[in-house]
Amino acid sequence: MNMQRREALKAGGGLGLFGLLAAAGLITPGQARAEWNKSAFDAKSIEDTLKALGATGAQSSTDIQITAPDIAENGAVVPVGVVSALAGVEAIAILIEKNPNPLAASFMLPAGTEASVQTRVKMGQTSDVIAIVKAGGKFIMTKKEIKVTLGGCGG
Amino acid sequence: MADPMKIRASAKDGITEVKVLMSHEMETGQRKDSSGNLVPAHFITELSAEHNGKQVLAAQFGTAVSKNPYLAFKFKGGAKGDKLAVSWVDNKGDKRTDEVQIN
Amino acid sequence: MSTRLPAVLAAVGFGLAGTAIAQGSTMDEIAKYREMLADGNPAELLELKGESLWKTPRGPKNASLEQCDMGLGPGKLDGAYAQLPRYFADTRKVMDVESRLVHCMVSLQGFQYEDVTRQWFSRPGKESEIEALVTYIGGKSNGMKIDVPARHPEEARMAKVGEYIFYRRSGPQDFSCAICHGQDDKRIRLQDLGNLTTQAGAGMAMSTWPSYRVSQGAVWTMQRRLIDCMRQARWPEPKYLSDSVIALQVYLQKTASGTVMQTPGIKR
Ligand code: HEC
Repeated sequence: MNMQRREALKAGGGLGLFGLLAAAGLITPGQARAEWNKSAFDAKSIEDTLKALGATGAQSSTDIQITAPDIAENGAVVPVGVVSALAGVEAIAILIEKNPNPLAASFMLPAGTEASVQTRVKMGQTSDVIAIVKAGGKFIMTKKEIKVTLGGCGG
Repeated sequence: MADPMKIRASAKDGITEVKVLMSHEMETGQRKDSSGNLVPAHFITELSAEHNGKQVLAAQFGTAVSKNPYLAFKFKGGAKGDKLAVSWVDNKGDKRTDEVQIN
Repeated sequence: MSTRLPAVLAAVGFGLAGTAIAQGSTMDEIAKYREMLADGNPAELLELKGESLWKTPRGPKNASLEQCDMGLGPGKLDGAYAQLPRYFADTRKVMDVESRLVHCMVSLQGFQYEDVTRQWFSRPGKESEIEALVTYIGGKSNGMKIDVPARHPEEARMAKVGEYIFYRRSGPQDFSCAICHGQDDKRIRLQDLGNLTTQAGAGMAMSTWPSYRVSQGAVWTMQRRLIDCMRQARWPEPKYLSDSVIALQVYLQKTASGTVMQTPGIKR
């Protein structure tokens, strides 16, 4: 990594990641996205989370698949993937219904990025995992139950 | 200072597959230490991946993302030798950027 | 014997697998779970960290570990783990990877023994340098066969001692390692317990350590694995780097010899 960029990254105190990246010339300002969505991550119910994501009324759809094992040995590390064959997927969010704050992660996919992401999440107990996909401006969702044999709260 | 990420990026049949492991505690803010005090929340909030400077993924994380976060995704294009950079920033303002060549 | 094991284990509080959910499909799903974690094993981060710890000048003598002799000569790490424990003429002792590593940190870098071994395993929020270094050293033997013939008289003696400890029943429960690990197809809580007395069983186990333990969210070294098993056997816990733990490793590595190393592993 070049020095200049590192300096720029270091210098950018309160800019947020995308501001920083833009300042460092890593991305053009046009690519910079919204700030961390505090209200969505702080929401305590699925309904409130959907509202904060602007996804209220998301319809259940078979065009999304959640790739995850039916059983997780350790709730602290549960692999969850979301895949969709739909064209024009712009965003994906992963929610854990029974976590204190359901929203675990959200992804913004620029054109050219496939609708296929995988991460690992913490689950306090057996719960439905919900995937929300925004495609062509519309929100759809699906869910899958994952059983947890060892609770994962507290990290 | 944050420890390095492990990034693997491989191009095949016009698609680049990226797998990233980040070194981060991802403290929920709900765990108590051995003397019973709450350990403050400390977690990655935002992440961005760029292919030759063009953003290919942006992500936001909450505390429910596991310790040492893992992320895998795919994008169209990308050739061996191209640059793939991943950056994150956490809720305390720590940040890290690592870059690899696609193989 | 075969009927006694579940009774003994139940008596010390192990839940045996498979009442609520059909065991076959549960095992399949757990295997799928571990497979998903193996691709991007969190231990790979420790490997990276171990590499930088190995190469960075540190300690009162401001030296790196690159002159450390893990058995194949100073700085030669490729294949070293697969051939440990072994006899070292400079210390006149049979040493495993961890005791040798600590020896190097003390003699080359000038650290105090107590300081380097204090955090010999990690706790939430407290990283262990030893875990990281061992994970790095283990990775340098990947693709190579475990090769501990125990030909040196001291190594042969340690292998014998290890075998003796493995079969010896003691402690309040009259446990031995062999009770849990001496038969095929034993399992506790969905965890297959390989038969460590055969090359196949010991090979499958030993070739995948150090291992990321899903249930612990941490990498365990072989010292930690064995010391914890001694605790499970309700034996008094030996000190870190004790000869008894090294002897067990000589016995197990000798039995496992010929198996190709593939670390870091992923386990329950
Ligand atoms: C009470 C039963 C019990 C006894 C006694 C016991 N272990 Fe274990 N051992 C286990 C269990 C259970 C595991 C698997 C890890 C887990 O699920 O906790 C294990 C794992 C292991 C492993 C790793 C196996 C693998 O596949 O990676 C080794 C090596 C081992 N034990 C050696 C020993 C030795 C040596 C002794 C004697 C000092 C011993 N064990 C005594 C129950 C036992």
